[in-house]
Amino acid sequence: MKRAKAIRERMSGNEAVAFAIRQVNPDVMPAFPITPSTEIPQMVSAYIANGEIDTEFVPVESEHSAMSAAIGAESAGARTMTATSSAGLALMWEELLLAASNRLPIVLTLVNRTLSGPININCDHSDGMGARDTGWIQIYAENNQEAYDNYIQAFPIAEDPRVHLPVMVCQDGFITSHAVENIELLEDGPVRDFVGQYEPEEFLLNPGKPVAVGPYSISAYAMEAKKAQEDAMEQSRAVIAEVAARFGELSGRQYGFFEEYRTGDADYIMVIMGSAAGTAKEAADQLREEGWKVGVLKLRVFRPFPDQEIAEALKNCRAAAIMDRCESYNGCSGPLGMEIPAALYRNKVMIETADYIYGLAGRDFTVEHAREIFAQLRDAADGKIPAARHAYVGLREQ
Amino acid sequence: MRTDITKINERTPWQGLTEGLQMFAGGTSRLFATGEWRTNTPVLIEDKCRQCLLCVPVCPDSSIPVLEGKRGAFDYDHCKGCGICASVCPFDAIVMKEGIEP
Amino acid sequence: MDNTLEIRWHGRGGQGAKTAALLLADAAFKTGQNVQGFPEYGPERMGAPITAFNRISRERIRVHSNIYHPDFVVVVDEMLLHSVHVTEGLKRDGAIIVNTSRTAEEIRPLLRGYKGAVYTVDARAISEETLGKNFPNTPMLAAAVAVTGVMDKKDFTEQMRASFAHKFARKPEVIDGNMRALRMAFRAVESAAGMTKIA
Repeated sequence: MKRAKAIRERMSGNEAVAFAIRQVNPDVMPAFPITPSTEIPQMVSAYIANGEIDTEFVPVESEHSAMSAAIGAESAGARTMTATSSAGLALMWEELLLAASNRLPIVLTLVNRTLSGPININCDHSDGMGARDTGWIQIYAENNQEAYDNYIQAFPIAEDPRVHLPVMVCQDGFITSHAVENIELLEDGPVRDFVGQYEPEEFLLNPGKPVAVGPYSISAYAMEAKKAQEDAMEQSRAVIAEVAARFGELSGRQYGFFEEYRTGDADYIMVIMGSAAGTAKEAADQLREEGWKVGVLKLRVFRPFPDQEIAEALKNCRAAAIMDRCESYNGCSGPLGMEIPAALYRNKVMIETADYIYGLAGRDFTVEHAREIFAQLRDAADGKIPAARHAYVGLREQ
Repeated sequence: MRTDITKINERTPWQGLTEGLQMFAGGTSRLFATGEWRTNTPVLIEDKCRQCLLCVPVCPDSSIPVLEGKRGAFDYDHCKGCGICASVCPFDAIVMKEGIEP
Repeated sequence: MDNTLEIRWHGRGGQGAKTAALLLADAAFKTGQNVQGFPEYGPERMGAPITAFNRISRERIRVHSNIYHPDFVVVVDEMLLHSVHVTEGLKRDGAIIVNTSRTAEEIRPLLRGYKGAVYTVDARAISEETLGKNFPNTPMLAAAVAVTGVMDKKDFTEQMRASFAHKFARKPEVIDGNMRALRMAFRAVESAAGMTKIA
């Protein structure tokens, strides 16, 4: 694939995703248009009103309806996407599972914001993490650039016949969604060619080829169907890698399941997801200058969970800090705090881990926080302190 | 992928099912003989039937076919023997018989 | 990060401090720099104190946290000096710019012991004189550019002229007023420069 020309721009994460939607020009976009939604449907509506794209925008009365309409439109054969945030995703819950089990390649752009309560609108991953077991592929972005790039890659992943699963493209609420930063856009033509025409093999509005979608299944079939769905999630690993490689040729930007930043010889590695990864990298650079061997593993693809690859990437460090921007209320740790040690154990990588909860409901996460965590990691590896378990970062204590 | 769904049954391994259990055909309920569930069976007494057709729309299983304005014989492959047709018949032209045989 | 200029804006919801931060990011972007402009969202109400931030750098910006040790602070509403600790963490060799009709000497006692440079701009008077209304954004933005030196004032002026020409295509009379507001703000901070630092 020929390298496309880069357009130097600056825009917010919301603008970047809306711009990508304009370039992809999906057939149908049902979305709930007001709070807790994002600016994205509003921006897309403007593109439609200006005649720049011919997407059918369906302003529905709730997110439950948005996902229902998306399921209907995608089943009918239309390339379909929607956008939401926070409580909006929670209201989609029931339908999220159906989109996945019906094997519909819908793309959802999620702006990660906390789930109430206490009532709050700011960033954390509790919405996306709450939907982690709904059967959706989940890809998280560090900044506006990655939100844009991930969105463009979402359709070829979702629509690949080996996958046929919905994809959630996530970025951090306010921190990247509302922050204006530099970005390199691609031209419309190369993006359209990359995403390609949507040509589903089977769909409802297909005269002479009747099909029923989402039938009742007795127990004799349902478990086999779930296994087949899970197998598609496993197959998606290869497709995600292929699409990333193709996108790399187009854009010059390389993507994997995760980014390994200075981890090669690192004694201490921070595993983190989303916008805070950049902050962690800054801390890693500072500590490197002070002579420490530290690195950052930024998880990009959370579903499917790249357990073997993570274990391989962490196997040579002394200790890893696992960072969750989400509480699990399970009495022991956040979601990554459970899944990453499980990945390590299953692959017989017996390094020390510490797990932290940070940035809930918009609590700031700073370079100083990241430095302090690296320091704790070293002390834990040296046996001076016990490794942190379910520790809150920047919390006021008595 | 378009699969012949008549070849899928309860012994089919998971790899052989259709994606999302999609059904690649129309009117597939015809293939499913719900008549086997019957414990009582309606029997038409043709002499008493005036062809008023009141029994036709009330049948929950569409088991009373109509041809050229007249009802035909019961579709015993799909009739579950609920007896609604016998209840609505104003002429006692349908009686319910115990068992699966008419 | 050492090469990154960090600016913190204090204003009230609806006053345009967020917009000013985004405009500054825009202007710096156009000179080829890497920028970040973002607000901190509080209770989302008109009149509530809000904070907005800028990072501007020749290098790629990765940090995604608020700014605690800014090089510069811009206060769009001087009443905030009473309720918000606007100079918190402000670097000694940095500066604060306040929208007020008072002088830097009159403002300093409200700055909780801040020893660095203080600049004042009467953005309200400038705006009312040039635009006939109180839009403090344009003069404050110009003052921020002049004081922080994030970009050449001439480049900035040219860009603003182009952006006003685009924005006010149907109201060309507003363009001249805005341009005059920029120049007056430049002069206000220049005349104050050098006199306001406590050695």
